[in-house]
Amino acid sequence: MHIESNSTCMERKQRDFLWIPTFAVLVAFAVPWPLWGVDLIVAGFPVWIWWHIAWLGLCTLLFTRFVRSGAWERGMGIHASSSATGERATEPVGRGDEP
Amino acid sequence: MTLGLSLGVVVGYLVIALAVGLVAYRVSETTAEDYYLANRSIGTAVLLFTTFATLLSAFTFFGGPNLAFAAGPEWLVVMGTIDGVLFAVLWYVIGYKQWLIGDRHGYVTLGEMLGDRFGSVGLRALVAGVSLLWLFPYVMLQQMGAGEALVGLTGGVVPYWGGAALVTAFMIFYVVLAGMRGVAWTDTIQGLFMLSVVWIAAVWIVSAVGGLGAATGAMLEARPEFGRFGGGLYSPGFIISTAITIAFGVTMFPQINQRFFVADSGETLKRSFALWPVLVLLLFVPAFMLGAWAAGMPVDVPDGANVLPVVLTEYTPAWFAAIVVAGAMAAMMSSSDSMLLSGSSYFTRDLYRPVINAEASERREAWVARIGVAAFAVLAFVASLFRPGTLIEVGDTAFSGFALLALPVICALYWPRTTRTGMIVGVAVPQAAYLAVVLSAVVSAVPTLPRTVAGGWDVALGLMVLSAVLTVGVSLVTAPTAESDASRFTVAGD
Repeated sequence: MHIESNSTCMERKQRDFLWIPTFAVLVAFAVPWPLWGVDLIVAGFPVWIWWHIAWLGLCTLLFTRFVRSGAWERGMGIHASSSATGERATEPVGRGDEP
Repeated sequence: MTLGLSLGVVVGYLVIALAVGLVAYRVSETTAEDYYLANRSIGTAVLLFTTFATLLSAFTFFGGPNLAFAAGPEWLVVMGTIDGVLFAVLWYVIGYKQWLIGDRHGYVTLGEMLGDRFGSVGLRALVAGVSLLWLFPYVMLQQMGAGEALVGLTGGVVPYWGGAALVTAFMIFYVVLAGMRGVAWTDTIQGLFMLSVVWIAAVWIVSAVGGLGAATGAMLEARPEFGRFGGGLYSPGFIISTAITIAFGVTMFPQINQRFFVADSGETLKRSFALWPVLVLLLFVPAFMLGAWAAGMPVDVPDGANVLPVVLTEYTPAWFAAIVVAGAMAAMMSSSDSMLLSGSSYFTRDLYRPVINAEASERREAWVARIGVAAFAVLAFVASLFRPGTLIEVGDTAFSGFALLALPVICALYWPRTTRTGMIVGVAVPQAAYLAVVLSAVVSAVPTLPRTVAGGWDVALGLMVLSAVLTVGVSLVTAPTAESDASRFTVAGD
């Protein structure tokens, strides 16, 4: 993501922490709690089953973004191979023996 | 005639799987790392399907539709949340970190990783012992499922013990020959096979009863409460505790946990993680909805029978029903052979070599592993003949037992201050308590302790909290031992 290369490391790290509440919401509402007791049928399925199906689709989308963001690698302090841009600039110097 | 056809399909399937195993065996090396981890060279498609096929066992294929049939389609939401979301997140939190650590230090098992980190053979053996203990009912579950499947398919001509014995013999033969590479390869075939077959079955049956709307309409006519979310068995307590115990338990299953060490690169793990929710839905929607729809179909499901084969026999030709049952047996076998393989590595590497015979040669260790597999499978087969509960009950017991390991392991992975004593207390005490609860139901001399409290909350959930509190609390009041080395689990820096 080219926008990230402009932001400072600090800002990026702060944004990384947003993934924690994001995951919490993704897990918590995979169960359609707001539809508790609802018995509406839409297109052949109870509507809460549609919620669940859509939610899992959303999960795949956001999981893909999370993986691409490289947030986890930054959190662990490792330099990911290809997942984050601008990674090479932050690599410590003096490792010229590496290919 | 149909009987011969059905059995032909099932046996034909087993033979194909065996052929794949033999090819894998021919390309295998004889090292332990290759036998258990296929030299850490498994790519995305194979990793995804091997985990998928392993995860989705008799518990999913028969137990799931049975529960949806009896209690409503909410099981789809419960399992989707467990496997599609919560497990996927844990796959990253536990799995990715383990992969990084394992890749660095060459670990093959969870016990080995923890034992090395805390400098403790006792902890290593404890983790392996606990894992093998809960693996036993889960292997048994697959044999029960296979036995029931063949009874259903052949109308009782093949007795329950016959089906269980057939699968037992086959999986011993298979695991002993092929190792992880063969297991992973057949898992991929089996995963694709199950997915296709269950979709064909769903489309076939839904069009036979007049479409999606008609199937749901008939279900609601017979069981109006199936359309409403929640109620009956599905209390918030049941949904939350089932989701948490199963999802955390799955990550500690030897065959799943060992998968965290086999990926060829971090990219493989990441791709698998992102695709997981969709893949899970693709299997669960048709499988569990078929179970729920069956409530509105004019079929008669006998006590103790599985609903899926009954529906198939009613609406599809015999050869197709046989294919689906073969798919289900495939699911059970891939679960079982993975479990046996991982179980044998836990036994040889974490119990036999460190505790019993440190001088054993590689060759001897390999033989001990194979004999261990055979003995374990035969014992589980004998136990499966007693049929101690439904598929869901037996499975749930095993999941909860494993779930009690998860929080101490997460603590060790992320909190450098964790001590050896903290880990041992955090693992041993909740395990002993849970074992007492489970055994009290089996031993008639003692009063049965409750498994759930206050409207469906599982006691295992409380014990999970206890495991975390004990691990952290005891770690805080004890000093790290000289042999422990927190830097073993750091992955930063290169």
